[in-house]
Amino acid sequence: MSESVKEKVVSLVAERMGVEPDQITSETHFVNDLQSDSLDMAELVIDLEEAFDLSISDEDAQAIETVGQAIAYIEKSQSSQ
Amino acid sequence: MNLRRVVVTGLGVISPVGSSREAAWPAIREGRSGVGRITSFDTSAFDVHIAAEVRDFDPLAHFTKRELGRLDRFVQFAVATAQTAVAESGLDLDRVDHERVGVMLGTGIGGLHEIEEQHGRLLKSGPGRTSPLMIPKLMTNAAPGQVAMRMGLYGPSMSVSSACASASHAIGEAMSCVRHGRADVVISGGAEAAVTPMGLSGFQQSKALSTRNDDPQAASRPFDVNRDGFVMAEGAACLVLESLEHARARGAHILAELSGYGASTDAYHVTLPDPEGRGAVRAMRNALADAGLHPEDVDYINAHGTSTPAGDDVEAKAICALFGSHAYKLAVSSSKSVVGHLLGASGALESAICIWAMQDGVCPPTINLDDPDPECCGLNFVPKTPQERPLSVVLNNSFGFGGHNASLLFRKFDG
Repeated sequence: MSESVKEKVVSLVAERMGVEPDQITSETHFVNDLQSDSLDMAELVIDLEEAFDLSISDEDAQAIETVGQAIAYIEKSQSSQ
Repeated sequence: MNLRRVVVTGLGVISPVGSSREAAWPAIREGRSGVGRITSFDTSAFDVHIAAEVRDFDPLAHFTKRELGRLDRFVQFAVATAQTAVAESGLDLDRVDHERVGVMLGTGIGGLHEIEEQHGRLLKSGPGRTSPLMIPKLMTNAAPGQVAMRMGLYGPSMSVSSACASASHAIGEAMSCVRHGRADVVISGGAEAAVTPMGLSGFQQSKALSTRNDDPQAASRPFDVNRDGFVMAEGAACLVLESLEHARARGAHILAELSGYGASTDAYHVTLPDPEGRGAVRAMRNALADAGLHPEDVDYINAHGTSTPAGDDVEAKAICALFGSHAYKLAVSSSKSVVGHLLGASGALESAICIWAMQDGVCPPTINLDDPDPECCGLNFVPKTPQERPLSVVLNNSFGFGGHNASLLFRKFDG
């Protein structure tokens, strides 16, 4: 389960930010490593919401700074469903 | 104040018949049609199956994947043609005063690809799932905004929207800007990418389009008695407009002088032209007066000539009314017979065509003109094959839904 979440998140991030999936790890920081701006992050949140059929509040979204945090957030939401 | 002369020093085009002068101009000059079956989406539910699509544009050759996510197709066209135009002009952006360089681009519709995609998302997943980039992608001014941002240009920039007259109005307003000293250089032109399901449906429903689906290359036939509507096209063109002194100071190669701009309004009907062509006459007359020239000075008119039953004869009559006996001496042709109708970008591509025509001393033809409409006054529409003649003064007409008219007058630059 967690492997598929990770793969899916990495693939979405890679697609959105125009980088290769193998350049992305759990430690990859959206702003520092991928130079994301607020519009990229807003797009990415919608990509994740669509892909995992969940709703991410603005507060929760702002706390997500790395790819690993995004994966953890999704896994947590799925286990609490 | 002294009005400054304005010259063209660079051109960039993306068209259905090629995306460089080397590709596009020979096709237009020789009359090789760019119209075909629509390939970018399924048209089986439509009455119209044909358009002049841009087929040789590779977005990834110009932008990164991430950049593309922020640029509608019409903006991609605008940025790419602006870059080509600046490169051709030889303008060194590291050596100009960026506060004195502006961007004014026309588009009739804006980001229709983005509108359709996001509307699909809205209906499917609700208002919380549309893209935060939607508005900055679809707005008409995304085109000049992106050009200015990428090149770091701080002068006046805006989009101009007057349907199919958009680019000609943009070029005219840009010329005024340079003339009056508000900028030294303005990148101007237009971009359009509306060959989409909604765009095709809209023009189809207004009965503006040709349904000659079984013979696409014969569908755009301006001034022909059997014309049945225009053919949608997409593309863009940019011109580098510059004050003569600025161009001379940097030793630029001057392609042509832009010496007249005339604008007028029909104030008659939202889609039909004034039946007497009075708005068209006023636009052309204003352009001539603006350039300080007389009707007899004009050698060639690149007509708006869209191939609609309602428009072409009115334009021909307007030319007869203004030019009198000289109307039968000058040449008039419609490049839309070859490239289709680029809507808000048409005036920009046709400005490039006017300049190429002057450079080569060749009037490009009106193809498919098998049987000239007797209502079109028997003018020399350059039927089917190009005509060589020295061209010193050419006029470019653009008329838009809403009754907006613009005429631009280009002269051969002779120092």
